[in-house]
Amino acid sequence: MTAPLRIRIAATAGVLCIATSAGAQQLAEPGKLLLTNGIGSIEGAAGGGLTPWAVIAGNATRDGIGVQASATVAEFKDYDFQVAGISVGAWDRVELSYARQRFDTNWVGGALGLGNDYKFDQDIWGAKVKLAGDLVYGSEWMPAIAAGLQYKKSLDAPIVRAVGAQQSEGADLYVSATKLFLRWSLLANVTLRATKANQNGLLGFGGDKRDARTVHPEGSLAYQVSRRFAVGGEFRSKPDNLGIAREDDWFDAFAAYALNRNLTATVAYADLGSVATVKDQRGVLFQLQGSF
Amino acid sequence: MFAFTAMAMLMTPQVAAQEQPVEPYKVDPANAGATPFAGEGMARAFGGQDGIRRIVDHFVTANFADRRIGEIFTNQDQVRLRRVLFEQFCYILNAGCTYTGRDMRTAHKDMGVQQGDMNRLVENLQAAMAAEHVPFAAQNRFLAKLAPMRRDVVER
Ligand code: HEM
Repeated sequence: MTAPLRIRIAATAGVLCIATSAGAQQLAEPGKLLLTNGIGSIEGAAGGGLTPWAVIAGNATRDGIGVQASATVAEFKDYDFQVAGISVGAWDRVELSYARQRFDTNWVGGALGLGNDYKFDQDIWGAKVKLAGDLVYGSEWMPAIAAGLQYKKSLDAPIVRAVGAQQSEGADLYVSATKLFLRWSLLANVTLRATKANQNGLLGFGGDKRDARTVHPEGSLAYQVSRRFAVGGEFRSKPDNLGIAREDDWFDAFAAYALNRNLTATVAYADLGSVATVKDQRGVLFQLQGSF
Repeated sequence: MFAFTAMAMLMTPQVAAQEQPVEPYKVDPANAGATPFAGEGMARAFGGQDGIRRIVDHFVTANFADRRIGEIFTNQDQVRLRRVLFEQFCYILNAGCTYTGRDMRTAHKDMGVQQGDMNRLVENLQAAMAAEHVPFAAQNRFLAKLAPMRRDVVER
């Protein structure tokens, strides 16, 4: 390589570096405060891990449009679970989301006659609207309030029907109220969900025991240790519609760390109780979430 | 350019050290927009008046130099801002001051502040408080007093 060429390459690389760092700075324009867009819930909506919050996905404020994407992997005693989700948040008001869930039954699939490593898959389309209030600002006691809908479609229709589900697709409706109580550094969320989903829809909707939506509370509590770091716990109560597979409420304890404006890592320890006839499904969940 | 700057400096020698007059207003500590904390805990967490003064200086300097919101501060009266902001923080933190500045709505009228600007200002304040080693929980308790003022600052 001749010297001038080398210099030219170095110079070009330098210019590129400057250009990309300028671009990155543009992208890094402040929008929301760190962690205030939540993480990606297992159904794709911005929130905690198990439950949607009254926050809008992405970094944009009421003056823009943002995007958030997350990848979640979980390993339970007998199952594996993965979620990929993406959501768009507009004007800190409206959120549209999509998630694909995959639930790997490992040996249980074989025991149930589905074949080892049988996987239940599900698509979830979500919409959420923030109706009132604010997570951080405004009156100290007025939470952000949002209403949402999640349309879910099992990709294993014949199997979930064979298990006893009445439908292979269905919609959950929910309202959430979420507030960061700065005086205690505590974020609290309450969600009420009307649902007839079995194991959040992976095992279809409705069953022999009941085929109507019932209302179930869900909740999250998180303590903000620093700007970047929060720890907390969640619970989610669920219907129990299927005679052959008892269903339990879900719990988790989590720690979320914002590496920067664009990347948040979360680990959680979750207890799903009994799933598809096998009890005590506890395990660890890991999520990487990117937001812009 | 240099000559012009030098001349401007000669013509207004005290420009950086003196407050500019503002439209008359009624002085009232309630203009601070929040009631003070009870007790001395918060004042102590902020390092008393000395700590608060360093935090305000750091904060104001950061806001004027800020890539995003600096523009809003350009040509504003930095001397006055340092004084009244110190008073406001000191008053709310119950560190032994009264507030003599304007109310938040008047002070930020027609400024065109957006939500993202407000968040950036909060981040600058967090950095200033962290530099003085104010514990995070105390930072948030203070922010809890400021958060309700958003409606008077941010244009809807
Ligand atoms: C809760 C948040 C805020 C508080 C507590 C606050 C406090 C204050 C105070 C005490 C003053 C001086 C009032 C006076 O001169 O009598 C002031 C002025 C000012 N503030 Fe804020 N402020 C806040 C948010 C913001 C934001 C988000 C911006 C812009 C990004 C901003 C920009 C300014 C400017 C440029 C002035 C100077 C106005 C002038 O000299 O006419 N402030 N603020």
